[in-house]
Amino acid sequence: MNIKLKSLTKSLWVFHFASAPCNNCDIEILDALTPKYDLERFGILLVGSIRHADVLLVTGMITHKGAERLKRLYEQAPKPCLVVAVGSCACSKSIFKDSYNAAGPVDGIVPVSAYIPGCPPKPEAMIMGVVKLVKSLTGK
Amino acid sequence: MLKAVFYFVVFPGFLFTAIIGLLSSWIDRKVTARVQWRVGPPWWQNFADFIKLLGKETIVPKGSSRTTFLLAPIFGLAAVTIVSTLLWLTLINPASTFIGDLIVVLYLLTIPSIAVIIGGFASKNPLASLGASREMKLILSYELPFLLICFVPVIQAGGTIRLGEILTYQINNGVIFSSLSGFLAFIVAVLCMQAKLTLVPFDIPEAEQEIMAGPYIEYSGPTLAVFKLTRQMMLFVVPMFLVVLFLGGITFSGWHILWGILKYVILLVIIVLIRNTNPRVRIDQAVKFFWGPVTLLAIVAVLLALLGI
Repeated sequence: MNIKLKSLTKSLWVFHFASAPCNNCDIEILDALTPKYDLERFGILLVGSIRHADVLLVTGMITHKGAERLKRLYEQAPKPCLVVAVGSCACSKSIFKDSYNAAGPVDGIVPVSAYIPGCPPKPEAMIMGVVKLVKSLTGK
Repeated sequence: MLKAVFYFVVFPGFLFTAIIGLLSSWIDRKVTARVQWRVGPPWWQNFADFIKLLGKETIVPKGSSRTTFLLAPIFGLAAVTIVSTLLWLTLINPASTFIGDLIVVLYLLTIPSIAVIIGGFASKNPLASLGASREMKLILSYELPFLLICFVPVIQAGGTIRLGEILTYQINNGVIFSSLSGFLAFIVAVLCMQAKLTLVPFDIPEAEQEIMAGPYIEYSGPTLAVFKLTRQMMLFVVPMFLVVLFLGGITFSGWHILWGILKYVILLVIIVLIRNTNPRVRIDQAVKFFWGPVTLLAIVAVLLALLGI
């Protein structure tokens, strides 16, 4: 395995983008960073600027306003950048299927690398999602 | 000539400082994790971060000053490398450097912060400008007491401005830390060091929760890696500077080298504990703190040193 890919999988820096969520997924994401689950032991950090990020974490139902921002954020991120959709709303439209202001699930706007379904998903589910993402990167 | 290149690039210069800096930054993260009752990252975490950042894309924001934006991180890295080389050459052989190297080191230690300011202003981002202006105020506030307490070892060692002679004086007459003036100066130095490394409670320029990453906000890929590396090298170089000035340096004979390393690690753990037990202050509070009580303490230390206590 090449060293560039290996170091990327060992240090995923996450930028959290919340587009009109009900905040349940966001709270569960913060849960995954607390001492009990401690994602820093896998090198996962929450960063404040999209320029530092390797993973764009998207939660919530993407509205028409949010879709523009999501597109711009994806363009601003230095490549390689992975997109992870967290929660049922971001993975599919969920209960907002027929809503007038839903601009579609995340994969209708930017390419998504991993889906973590659940309403909200548990921190364990998120860690499993990360493991699957790393596995898909390294091809194991 | 070849020897000089070796000094700057391999031992005590760039490579050595970079590796120790990355490791000491890991100690910082690990101790922080233990304080917060977590497990913390493995020892190679910072190396992985560094290599990952080298492999990423560098984005130069539209409308920014391209050359300045890309060159600013290099300035800081070069300055830290030179400081480390000077300090370690002094430690290995106190007679090897030139007269006035204390002043050169003091100037060069400011350059990484100035590089951050230049980079922040060049990146054409309002949050970066805000962070850079805060960094500037922070430099103005801590440099005054920091320069004042550098007089204490100079006065005690008999008016010399050469690091080697200060070191020889401490080897012969006991460390400066053991005198009252030296002790007071050391306390001031630890506080100033915290601000110089822009760690909590003085991480006002890059306050993550309010202005994201401050001056670093637009940096990505290798340029960000160089900035991070500079900061991690500073985490090694600045405490080493204090070890040389106040704690008698490191002696390289047998068991004494372990004692020398212990001095550095204790200083590092003090930094980490201060960082983990304090909230961030506002920039006006920081300026008031450094120009008020800290400067007063520094003046008292200098006066005591003049009286020979």
